[in-house]
Formats: sequence, structure tokens, C-alpha cells
Amino acid sequence: MSTGFHIVVCGSLVPDPLQTLAPVQGPAGPALKNELMLPAVLDPFAAHSLYEAANLAKKAPGSKIWLVSLGNKAKLQQLMMTVAQKVPFELVPLDGPASGFTDSFEVAAALAGAIDKIPNLDRSRLLLFGGCASASRDAGVTMQMVGERLGILDQFLAVDELKVEENGSLRFLERIEGGRYQVSVCSGPPAMVAWATGNLPEPPNNPQIGMQNMRAIMPALQKAQPAPVATSGITFASVTLPAQQRQTRIVKDASVEEIAKEIVAWIKE
Amino acid sequence: MDNQIMEVDIACVGFGPAMGGFLTTLSRAVADEFGETLLPSAVMPGMPMQIVCYERADDIGFGVSGVVTQARAIRESFPDLKPEEIPLAAPVRQEKVYYLLDPIGASRRSSGLKIADRLLKLGKRLLPVRDDAYELPYIPPFLHKKDGMIMSVGQFAQWVGGQLMGTGLVQIWPGTPVAEPLFEGDRVIGVKLADQGVEKDGTPGPNFLPGMHIHAALTVVGDGPVGAVGQFLDRRFGFPEGNQQREWAVGMKAVVELPESCTLPTGSVLHTIGYPEPEIFGFFYVLPNRMASLGIFVPSWFDSPCRTSYRYLQHWMMHPAIWQHIEGGRLVSWGAKTLQESGKRGEPFLVGDGYARIGEGSGCTNVLTGSGVDEAWLSGVQLAEGVIELAKAGQPFNRANLERVYVQRRRESWLEKEARIAKKARDGFQRGFIPGVIGMGLTGFSRGHLHIPAQIRRPREQIRSLEAFCANRVSPEELVTLREEARAKGVPVFDAVMDRLGWPKIPCDGKLLVSHQDVLLMGGKVQAAAGFADHVAFLDPTLCRDCYPQLCAEICSGQAITPGEGGGPPQFDRDKCVHCGACLWNCTRGRLDDPERGNIDFRAGSGGLHSAEN
Repeated sequence: MSTGFHIVVCGSLVPDPLQTLAPVQGPAGPALKNELMLPAVLDPFAAHSLYEAANLAKKAPGSKIWLVSLGNKAKLQQLMMTVAQKVPFELVPLDGPASGFTDSFEVAAALAGAIDKIPNLDRSRLLLFGGCASASRDAGVTMQMVGERLGILDQFLAVDELKVEENGSLRFLERIEGGRYQVSVCSGPPAMVAWATGNLPEPPNNPQIGMQNMRAIMPALQKAQPAPVATSGITFASVTLPAQQRQTRIVKDASVEEIAKEIVAWIKE
Repeated sequence: MDNQIMEVDIACVGFGPAMGGFLTTLSRAVADEFGETLLPSAVMPGMPMQIVCYERADDIGFGVSGVVTQARAIRESFPDLKPEEIPLAAPVRQEKVYYLLDPIGASRRSSGLKIADRLLKLGKRLLPVRDDAYELPYIPPFLHKKDGMIMSVGQFAQWVGGQLMGTGLVQIWPGTPVAEPLFEGDRVIGVKLADQGVEKDGTPGPNFLPGMHIHAALTVVGDGPVGAVGQFLDRRFGFPEGNQQREWAVGMKAVVELPESCTLPTGSVLHTIGYPEPEIFGFFYVLPNRMASLGIFVPSWFDSPCRTSYRYLQHWMMHPAIWQHIEGGRLVSWGAKTLQESGKRGEPFLVGDGYARIGEGSGCTNVLTGSGVDEAWLSGVQLAEGVIELAKAGQPFNRANLERVYVQRRRESWLEKEARIAKKARDGFQRGFIPGVIGMGLTGFSRGHLHIPAQIRRPREQIRSLEAFCANRVSPEELVTLREEARAKGVPVFDAVMDRLGWPKIPCDGKLLVSHQDVLLMGGKVQAAAGFADHVAFLDPTLCRDCYPQLCAEICSGQAITPGEGGGPPQFDRDKCVHCGACLWNCTRGRLDDPERGNIDFRAGSGGLHSAEN
């Protein structure tokens, strides 16, 4: 009998959040100015789920990880040069828009369709991972819909910890209101886990992992299937970025109390 | 813990224009159009040649610059190239050179320049003097970029990198600093990647991952003017007789979204001299979509200890001749970089057993035409052509073979011929601004036969003391007071000195004129990945303790270096470092064991700028 988990991580690229982002109205709806020129990163929530998947796979021999990614093929390729150095996985690329100004329903359909076609995927060992939300302006509902389409009934949202118990059951810490956790247990896979931030640091770049990954990633990218995601059913009334206020001063040797007081005073202004 | 070892065929260090040219040319010869291997791997039988490139920055194309280039070599690689295919690229439409007058009276001008300024102001009804700027009626042919293009090197690098990776034949790994070359005797056998999971001082931490050893038959070094591997080779092998790297500049630039009122057409190229200080050059390139790449160069022969490039950049932007085009615009991105300005004179040993050098660090920048990107690209192409020749013949990458197939090719090309003409073009700047300009003209018009001779001094030998610089303008007593006040605040003294010398405060608006701290957050926040050691190290703390003023803090483009507390060595915050490398050549303390080097080590490090729009 085979052991370990089959972990499918859904995650795609978002513009590097360190960039200056400016929303514009394009011919096909809202967009970010110069979006294709901006560097991209793996969506931070999805990235955490990928690191958690790698950590889990390391502890459960026989496990395998797939990263299902819907995004512009050229940008995906560039992104993989960074991500592929961190953890071992097999890429399932879908060539389509990743702007976030898309219908979550359509995105979920594309992702579920791609997962359905992964050869030798053992549904009885399947853990579907992704972010509980996305930095790409989605509604935070995509993962649930992917899970539903794949017939996964056990779904866990805003997860910060997954522990495999000795009897094979899965124990989750889910974020709930008030800064508390809800402890949930299910008997085992299949399960959908929409991660919050988890507890793991970003793994260091390991060129050996990168070399291993890229031997499969490059051919996969070249065969990436187009995944047009329709947006016709959505109308965006308005698009804005969160307002930012920035005031910089250099102050040395200020105590924690002084800093806290100043921040409180600033917020009250 | 042992270092892991990985075998590849060719290991490349740094991804810039030179490496773009190298990999583009080589990848086209590795396999045919049907994917059949033409150049097989020696380390992975049955596979095509394994070519891996390591780039320090977090993505390819981060932290470089806008350029104007004739793009001769680039067009040879892409015969059907249309500038509009590359984001933020455009053909050159018009070129202008302005001599900027000083509208505020704070600039330090020689008597000759003061007379020239007066004459220009008096004759402004007859001469093309507008907005305190004199438009030169004639641009010498050697400065023209006729039929050239302006572009963002960041976007160009991404465009090239995307195509390369699309072939599946080349791997470019960003976020991977290379610490040093690996040797077997004098033969380079590959490179060592930077250790990870270490403390700032390099001490292994709990997640220690020793830098992997990448073994390769050929190591291609294209890590720029201050790259760690290039510096290591320079220290080990020295320079050919008569060559040295003593001339540098820091280029500081901004990408600005122009206001709708700006009437400059896309493809406009403006160059300036004369302001904010005569030695500081300016550039202004109008890119597509109302974007502009603009900035200044502060050269090593600028003898002032007041070297705050960022403040000079803002004063330059506010000059009426520039401000009229950008007022109401928005700063999109910002950055800085060191330029190796020795050109042909700074050429190191180009090849050795197991390694070859290309790009700016190989001394290919033309210091007469002010052109480097195209030359760097060509140097990479020439090496690739040689490598293909050797690989097809099954010959080793040793010094003799690389001399024959690469260096010889380079010597016979326009790159070398033009570099020889340009070699002494800027020597006159060692004597001052006016001799420098006259010297460039002499060299350009005589095609290298004439120049103004000068001894090329190390940067620290040219920079005057603060007291000498301020003589007759600020009293020694007042300087002491300013210095004490600055020391108490933990900041360099020069900002206060510039205020005192009449430079106005910058009216920051948070949009186009932003504070130095805030600019680190513009267009991709400057940051450094955790787990790497500090890449700026002060080698002998006693030398720093005795150093006043600490110019490394003054020149630091990102305010990452601050004066040492209590008179100690400067402090370094790598989360603010943009990896410009200016601290390296602005150190005023020479080492006893190597007077060509200062007391600062600039090593392989992670992080820096996070924008590809530059």
C-alpha cells in the first residue's frame, strides 16, 4: 500500500507587492498600470501553503506535491526560477490571466479541471492546499469552489497549523474571530486546506532543488494549456488601492513605549 | 556541514547585457530548431550542454538603468528588432546637450566657468539660452546616438531573459549571490554560492546551508563593476601592466511619470553638464507612455567631499531646464549603480584557465562615447562565438584556447578599436572640468591621437578635505560646530554643510520630490533576504575609527551606511542597501597591504532594488 500524501497546491503569481501599483481602466476592464512589466511573486498566501506542503511531505515519506498555477505563461516561467529553488514540486501550468479581476467561479473551474487531469493522482490521499485569500484582489472563495468541484467535503479555512496525529487523522488550527483558534479534526484525506500564513519561514534558495525541479518544469511550461477565464459576468463599479500615508523620521534609541505612544497618537489624528 | 557540489558545463555569474549577449548567442547553438542537441553536455550524458546563470538580485533586470545606445551589436543579434517590442524602449528621435547655468548661486564654479556663465547671461538675447540653460548648437559625432534607441535596461533584461528561458536551454537563477570563484591551482573550476542561514557577520545560524559548489568546465564572469567574483579574480591575478581601475562614477536615476503638460516627444534624449556642480552630468530620456528615465552621474574625479548623490539629483531635477518638463509628474522608481569609468585602461585579464570575463567588469565601457550596454552585449556575443567554436572542436576552455577564440575576436572588432581611441579621453578631468571637456573634444576629433595628459589618481587622492573645500566660505570654528551637531544626530555632516553653502532645502512633496528614506520605498521597496551575511564589511575598524569624514556614509545611495557611534566604524544596514557599490571606491583609507584597495569589502549579498522599470 502506498503511503504519504498527494498534495496539490493552487497558487499563482501576483505583482510584487513591493512595487508601486496604480489601477487603470483597460479595454477589457480594470487592470494595473504596466502590470506585465512589474516583477511578480508567488501569491504570499499560496506561497505559505506551498512551504507547509513541503514541510508535511518531508515528514510523510512517499508524498508528492503538485503546484497548479494559472497565470501568464511567460511570467510564470520567470517566477518559477525563484520558487523552484525553494521546495520540490511538479508544476501544472495553465496559461491564462492572473490579474485577480476575474470571476472566482471561472478560476475555480479551470483549476479543478486541471487537477482532474493530473495523472496518477490518488484522490484518497489528496490534500488540496491553497491560500485562504489572495493578494491578487480575489474574493477569497476560490479554494472552497475548487474543493467542491473535486467533491472534497472536509474544508478548513484560514489554517495556521496542520498536524498529522498518530492514528492518521488531521488536526487543524483555524483562525476565528477574536484572535483565537478553532481546533478541528478530520479522519484523514481528502481535505481542502485554505492556509492563512502558517508558521514556517520562507525556505532558503537551494540550487540543487532548483535544478531538479526545472528539468520537469521547463517542459511542462512549454506544454502549458491555454485557460481563458471569462470575465463577462462581472462588472466592476470602481477600483481603488488602499490609501497609504507615509511619514518618515529617523529616531534612534527610542523606547518601545515611546514608539507605541507615538503610533497611537498618529492613528488618532 | 559539507558544501554540496553540483556539476554543470558552464557556470555564469551575473545577468546583465553582457550575459544576455552570451547566453542568447550560445543557446542558439546548443540545439537546432527541432530540439535536437548540437552541443552535448559533458556532465549529463545524453542532455544538451548544461548552462546555468546565477544572478544576485531578486529578479532579473532589477536595479539597473535607463540607457541610450546605438544598439549595433544588439541589432546584429536581433536583426528584426523593433524597439516597440520591448517595453519602455523607443528609437532616438532628437538629441540635445545643455550647459546648465547655476540659478541659485551655490554651485562651486571655477573662475573660467564664472566668466563663461556671465557671458552667456549677457548674451542670452543672441544665444540659445533659456531657463538658465544654454543649448549647445553642435553635438560632436562621437557623442551622437544616431539611429539608436533608448530603453530601460531592466525591461530589456527581462525581455531577453524571457526568451532565453523560453528555449529551455538556459537556466537563470535570481536571488542567488555568488561568493567567490573556486580554484584548483590557478585554474578556475567553478564558483561557490553564498552561504545561507548565517548571522550578519557570517557566523552559521540554526538554518545554516553552506554555499553550494558549482563545478564547471567554464566559468563566465559578468557580475559588473563591483561584483564579488570579478573582484576576487582581480585580487588574485592583478591587472595587465599599465592597467588599473581608478576611475568610477555613481549613476543615480529616477523613473518619472511625466505630467500631461510635458511636450517632449518620445525618443527625446537630453544630456546636461554644468549643474548642480560642473563635474556632475545629467541625462533625461523620454520613454514611451509618458515615462522618463532621468538622473545624474557623480564621478570619482569630483573633488568635493560633499557627495550626496541623492540631494544633487533633486537639485538637478529642480533646475528650471529640467523642472519645466517634470513638474506635476510622479516618481515611479529610483535606483543607483556604480559605473567602471576606466574603460580600456581598467581591463583585467580577460581569460584564464577555466574562466572568461565579459561586460562592464571586463573594461569594455567606451568612456568617450559614454556607451557601455552595446559594448557589453558584444563582449558576451564574442565569448559565446568562441565557446561554440571550442565546444564543437572538443577543445578545453584553457587560457590559450580562450585567448585565441575570444580575446582575439574582441581585439579585431570595433569594440576594441573604439575603446583604444577612447582610452585617454577623460584624463583631462583629473585637472578640472574645463580641461576635461577640452580633453574629450581633442580625443574625439583626433580619433584618439590627442588628449590632455594627467596622472590618474586614486579617488581618495582627489577628494579634498572638508576644511579645504569650505575654505573662505565656512569658518573652521563653524565647521566644528556643524560636525558636532551632526555627530550627535548620527548623520553625515555634509547635508548641513550644503545648507550652509547656500543649497536650498528640498521642498519634498511626497510625489516627485520625496525624502531619501521614502525613496527607498518607491518602485519596489529596497530590502534584503534574511539569512545572508552583510555584504559590506569594514575590514580594519581602527582605520575607520580614525577616519573623518567617513565618506562612505556620505556617498551611500540608500543611507544604508551611517557614521559610527562614538567615533567607531560606520554602521551598515543591508535592508537599505541598493548594491550600488559606491562605498567601495569612496573609502578614504587605503590598505597598507594593497594601496589600490580601500578599507571596505563589497561582497556577494542578497537584496537591493526591487524594480524592473528602471
